[in-house]
Amino acid sequence: MQRAIAALTSRLVIVVPYLWLLAFFLVPFIIVFKISLSTTAIAMPPYEPVITLSNGIGAFFAQFRDLHFDNYAWLGDDPLYMRAYLSSVVIAGISTFLALLIGFPVAYGMARAPATLRPTLLMLVILPFWTSFLIRVYAWIGILKPEGLLNQFLLFTGIIDTPLVILNTHTAIFIGIVYSYLPFMILPLYASLEKMDYSLIEAANDLGCPPISAFWKITFPLTLPGVIAGCLLVFIPAVGEFVIPDLLGGSQTLMIGKTLWNEFFANRDWPVASAVAIILLLLLVVPIMFFQQAQARAQEQGK
Amino acid sequence: MNSLGSIRRSFAPWTDPSAKPYIEFRNVTKRFGDFTAVNDLSLSIYEREFFALLGASGCGKSTLLRMLAGFEEPTSGSIFLDGQDLRGIPPYRRPVNMMFQSYALFPHMTVEQNIAFGLKQDGMAKAEIEQRVTEMLKLVKLSQFAKRKPHQLSGGQRQRVALARAVAKRPKVLLLDEPLGALDKKLREETQFELMDLQQKLGLTFVVVTHDQEEAMTMADRIAILDKGEVMQVATPAEVYEAPGSRFVAGFVGTVNIFEGKVSAREGVAATIMTDGGVIHSENASDATVGSDVAFAIRPEKIKVSSKEPAPGVDNAMQGEVYDIAYLGDMTVYHVKLPNGQVVRASALNAARVTEDPLTWDDTAWISFRPDAGVILTR
Repeated sequence: MQRAIAALTSRLVIVVPYLWLLAFFLVPFIIVFKISLSTTAIAMPPYEPVITLSNGIGAFFAQFRDLHFDNYAWLGDDPLYMRAYLSSVVIAGISTFLALLIGFPVAYGMARAPATLRPTLLMLVILPFWTSFLIRVYAWIGILKPEGLLNQFLLFTGIIDTPLVILNTHTAIFIGIVYSYLPFMILPLYASLEKMDYSLIEAANDLGCPPISAFWKITFPLTLPGVIAGCLLVFIPAVGEFVIPDLLGGSQTLMIGKTLWNEFFANRDWPVASAVAIILLLLLVVPIMFFQQAQARAQEQGK
Repeated sequence: MNSLGSIRRSFAPWTDPSAKPYIEFRNVTKRFGDFTAVNDLSLSIYEREFFALLGASGCGKSTLLRMLAGFEEPTSGSIFLDGQDLRGIPPYRRPVNMMFQSYALFPHMTVEQNIAFGLKQDGMAKAEIEQRVTEMLKLVKLSQFAKRKPHQLSGGQRQRVALARAVAKRPKVLLLDEPLGALDKKLREETQFELMDLQQKLGLTFVVVTHDQEEAMTMADRIAILDKGEVMQVATPAEVYEAPGSRFVAGFVGTVNIFEGKVSAREGVAATIMTDGGVIHSENASDATVGSDVAFAIRPEKIKVSSKEPAPGVDNAMQGEVYDIAYLGDMTVYHVKLPNGQVVRASALNAARVTEDPLTWDDTAWISFRPDAGVILTR
């Protein structure tokens, strides 16, 4: 009897994350998907109800015949969406790469720092989260604008004569994304670098491998799961990022998050916006699956 | 001192004044901040020697090894290998290889790739690498495990992969950092002999760091006993055991009884010492001078225990009572308490199944030893 209860309890524990996933991912996904198959209407909410039970069972099944993928076809017809997706992926990709370039040395330095110093360094990485994300992005406007702190400093030191135009360019978006998501890159990298046995590097050196070569042959392959985790943690939110391109990128920046926002709030075209969101989700599920697979493989290797 | 112990060595370049040392530490000092790990240490190791650095943790033995490998540079002094000053040469250009205590096998590579790693660095031809790897796998009896990853191997197998990887490049010197530390007792004893075999077969110079005196005694041609970054004694295992140079060495290697006393007379190599327990005559007086405070050290197996008083005129006899008896099968260790409170250990080989002279707890017992059985230590 007790054993049966214990077995039931352990089942229940497993059920919790699935319930969570059902309630906070699958159900909202189905709602959005349902809206994406609908047509706009001047109503509250602004689309024709797709599937309701209010008109009886016969009408309920008849509704399915009215479902259409016109909104998805529309996304294909208008090059704007294609360009927005592409530009988002490119911007997110470049930002991820930059974050990796900056994050790896930082994480490496942290992992090699004296053990007593590491908690402090970790704290410093997490510290920016204590301030509102929005305020930090606004602060960058103050730094990057033509009469901002950066330009004033550069003009003062005489490095430049005319203010640099950074705000409202892609550069500003890169800066914003790299700045905001750098901790998500550093933390998984730090975790995998910290548990790496440093004597492996010494062994490689001892066997005739110079330090730089040892990095590529030993350190990098062994921290690859951390690199992949960090890249996905930066890439996935960066693709759908809305606030940073809106505040730092100016009006001509095309990113899918902004397009999505415009469809919802400016156009009030919820069905098309939902279709945009569904495609974005599919776009991101692919890298997540790739990540899962990489992790499973790493686990199988016993590392 | 050549007749010490029962082993006569044919390999003893250190006794030959014309022999050139292969590895030479010259006045090497290494400091880490305020801590002096190695203090003005000089040491010579000869080609094809199996040399052990023995000491407790923190004695500087690992630092010596790491300086030889190039992971640390001496604060002052220099290290020579085969006539070449090693200062400034990075680890990846030194003709030495190290077997790490943790083995440090690359977890993402197979056994084969681990062994081939160093050879690839040298730009060796592919066919040659394959041949060498096969040879190494055979040498350490791991041929059927070539495609396994380190985590799929047992501790003993990992140890052998680490060894194969370190010797694959045929280094001038193989450095072994506690090579048997992670193995269980039985495997450790087997592996000791395998290591000695391998060293003979390959004709390499081995420098091994260990804290296990038995391990050092079994394997090494010579042992350097280190304490607080200084060499206490460098000698063959038999010399270290039979003729320790100081109280520290005598106590560090094996079990020893120490009688503290004062030299009352001296004649040639013989000396008489007045101790609390009684008068001791020794024929190994070394540099003890009359009136100086010395210690007389004697190993338990060199003390005879008897229930009968030795005949008058027998040197070095003391009366006491049996305080404790430990029966170990092959021998019995008696703890005999002298009137002054000192407990002397004496061990007797159980050569016969029945003892003619049974002693039991609290019996009155006599201990005695020959004048040449112990040594006088001045340090």
